[in-house]
Amino acid sequence: MSNRLINWFRFSSPHNFYPLAGKMIPVFWMLTALFGVAGLWMGFFVAPTDAQQGEGYRIIFIHVPASWMSMVIYMAMAAWAAVGLSLNARLSSMMAQALAPTGALMAFLSLWTGAFWGKPMWGTWWVWDARITSELILFFLYLGFMALQASIDDPRRADKAGAVLALVGAVNVPIIYYSVVWWNTLHQGSSINLTKSSMAVTMMWGMLLMALCLWMYSIAVALTRVRAIILEREAHTDWVKQLKEIKA
Amino acid sequence: MNAMGAIIRRDLLMVMRRKSEVLTALFFFVIVSSLFPLGIGPEPALLRKIAPGVLWVGALLASMLGLQRMFAADHADGTLEQMVISPTPLVLLVFGKIVAHWLVSGLPLVLIAPVLGMQFDLDVSALGVLMLALLLGTPLLSLIGAIGAALTLGVRGGGVLLSLLVLPLYIPALIFGAGAVQAHISGLGADGHLSLLAAILALAAFFAPWAATAALRIALE
Repeated sequence: MSNRLINWFRFSSPHNFYPLAGKMIPVFWMLTALFGVAGLWMGFFVAPTDAQQGEGYRIIFIHVPASWMSMVIYMAMAAWAAVGLSLNARLSSMMAQALAPTGALMAFLSLWTGAFWGKPMWGTWWVWDARITSELILFFLYLGFMALQASIDDPRRADKAGAVLALVGAVNVPIIYYSVVWWNTLHQGSSINLTKSSMAVTMMWGMLLMALCLWMYSIAVALTRVRAIILEREAHTDWVKQLKEIKA
Repeated sequence: MNAMGAIIRRDLLMVMRRKSEVLTALFFFVIVSSLFPLGIGPEPALLRKIAPGVLWVGALLASMLGLQRMFAADHADGTLEQMVISPTPLVLLVFGKIVAHWLVSGLPLVLIAPVLGMQFDLDVSALGVLMLALLLGTPLLSLIGAIGAALTLGVRGGGVLLSLLVLPLYIPALIFGAGAVQAHISGLGADGHLSLLAAILALAAFFAPWAATAALRIALE
């Protein structure tokens, strides 16, 4: 029984996780490429041209998955941070730290592609629409998390302070979202109405494949980053000094 | 509870000995709010429209000014360590410090706001709503700000960092606070906004001191 427990937590030690992550990264990159090619092919060649929006709508194949990822990554980050804080697990905090830049990138991509989509569709780069505004605030939350971690020198303190902030942010995200939604409906009587044509099945598939592609990309990048963080923080240990890539 | 009262009394006493800090934030609020009409133009209709937002943003920024000092002085002279090892739960003491901070930096804003509101041509009932919204909203700013102040305690570039952390979390207070006045002016009634503001305040009053306490413990490790 005790053996099993030890096995279960085996990979929570940076020493054991480092080589495992190294083996997983190529797999996730391959999956990224696979889903990416399939999704782009679906999005560019199979999905029909939208009746109202023309070809420009195809930007949703990157825009929507990026928005999804920005939210999923924030939740994952907060969850890892919570585990790191409550169990005092180093690796979990490192995961939270590794996820933050990717999450911020996704939030930024979502805003950027949203602007590119908005210009031809709505005739404007930016509207104070509820979802756009809350995505912007999510981006700010990511920046705050990264700035806080970057400005604390002691890594363990940085982990824990970041975890408190991530959790406070996670509690606040729904409050912020609904406050923005209500603010929007109260102030802007006629907001933009997307005419919800029933989305073609192929469009749905293209979006799902691209979402999977971004999932795999995020995992691959986060694992790469967590490996770098492990090396940086464990640089004083023997096992790091004995690694092939360090000796070379 | 006695200890909490003592903390509040002590913090207020210390502020009374150094009045400049309170007055700086207050004058900041007055000056920033007075700049907007100069920049935008003196038409009363326009001023009435922007008044709630301008006054609320001014209040947000003014209450940020004193935030960093909430725990910094106690941290520097070791008082904070004594609080951590005292038999009174730290969260009560932190709550006391938050209350003191609000009395010093939030309440004066509430009291001066009607005067500034008159500059923006708000009528008497709108001024009442503005005061009520600020009365509910400024404690919220102190509560959320305490988390940020505790997180950035003794951190490099704490001041700028603090605003980066705290301002996004202030957004609900801004939306409902300014929204209450706007809804009142446009005849919709401010009840909904004020209720939501009060609900968020109740939530924050319960949870924020805990989060700030956790952050303080981390900072003092």
